Amino acid sequence: MNQEHDRVLETAAAWLAAGHGVALATVVRTWGSAPRPAGSQLAVREDQAFIGSVSGGCVEGAVIAEALDAIGDGKPRLLTFGVSNEQAWAVGLACGGQIEIFVERID
Amino acid sequence: MDRKTLAKAIDARKSGAGLVIATRLDTAETRLITLPVTSPDPLDRAADEAARRDASQRVEIDGVSWFLNVFNEPPRLYVVGAVHIAQPLSHMAAMAGFSVVVIDPRTAFATGERFPGLHLVTAWPDEALADLPLDRRTAVVTLTHDPKLDDPALVAALGAPCFFIGALGSRKTHAARCARLKAQGFSDAAIERIRGPVGLAIGAISPAEIAVSIMAELIATLRQDPSA
Repeated sequence: MNQEHDRVLETAAAWLAAGHGVALATVVRTWGSAPRPAGSQLAVREDQAFIGSVSGGCVEGAVIAEALDAIGDGKPRLLTFGVSNEQAWAVGLACGGQIEIFVERID
Repeated sequence: MDRKTLAKAIDARKSGAGLVIATRLDTAETRLITLPVTSPDPLDRAADEAARRDASQRVEIDGVSWFLNVFNEPPRLYVVGAVHIAQPLSHMAAMAGFSVVVIDPRTAFATGERFPGLHLVTAWPDEALADLPLDRRTAVVTLTHDPKLDDPALVAALGAPCFFIGALGSRKTHAARCARLKAQGFSDAAIERIRGPVGLAIGAISPAEIAVSIMAELIATLRQDPSA
């Protein structure tokens, strides 16, 4: 769908090859006017370096924190962000949309 | 996903193959599904449909949630006729992410000077199209108004599952074109696949404006037409 996909996966592979812990976050569902379509990805390295995007900046901080936890415990996570969510006060989407994001460690 | 699967996915993309990465959302189990899909497995069928629509999506299969991430090859546009309109059209299509080939056996038209940086093929359209993939991710647009060049391209496109077939020319020219194709044995339903005159009716006058109208119809078909 877009060339960004390649870069995120390739960067994740390069980080793994260099011995880093890596998690991948993927937008799996959107409602309303979400900033990035399903399939958008963000790769996170255990030292908090990241590449790609899942929201254009609105929820990246929260997603990176969950990704770091996933690198730690190996458990996949399904996160939802949106204005109707309690977390919206902290990390909601300004556009009023909602997104669901899957976070997994790459083993 | 494990690193082996990730490496395989990257290799598949490099080889130019269309790919769907299917991820089970409760366990993170990953399956790589290469396109085109032929198996009747429900997950494979769903992946094929997601790829056809170029829409990554979450699906439920037998009570299990999967995410299907579609990595399609870029859509293709074959422009037949290296004419004036082909210049803005091929550049606009390339900007919109299409893989563009300009076909014209007339070497005075198909020059690198007129089409800098674009893939040019100076063969007859039927020969050129025989050597290029003609699938459901492919659009063919003829621009020459010359039946000797346009018709063989349209015949080749009609014999393939191209998502878009367009032909430039007035309504009168198009009616004559349809009559010729009918005489060659094409059914009305087949001939109706050809959009002619190609392009949305936006009152376009200049070559660049006509290119915009053709691009608009092309993108509307790619993104909105459920049968495309």
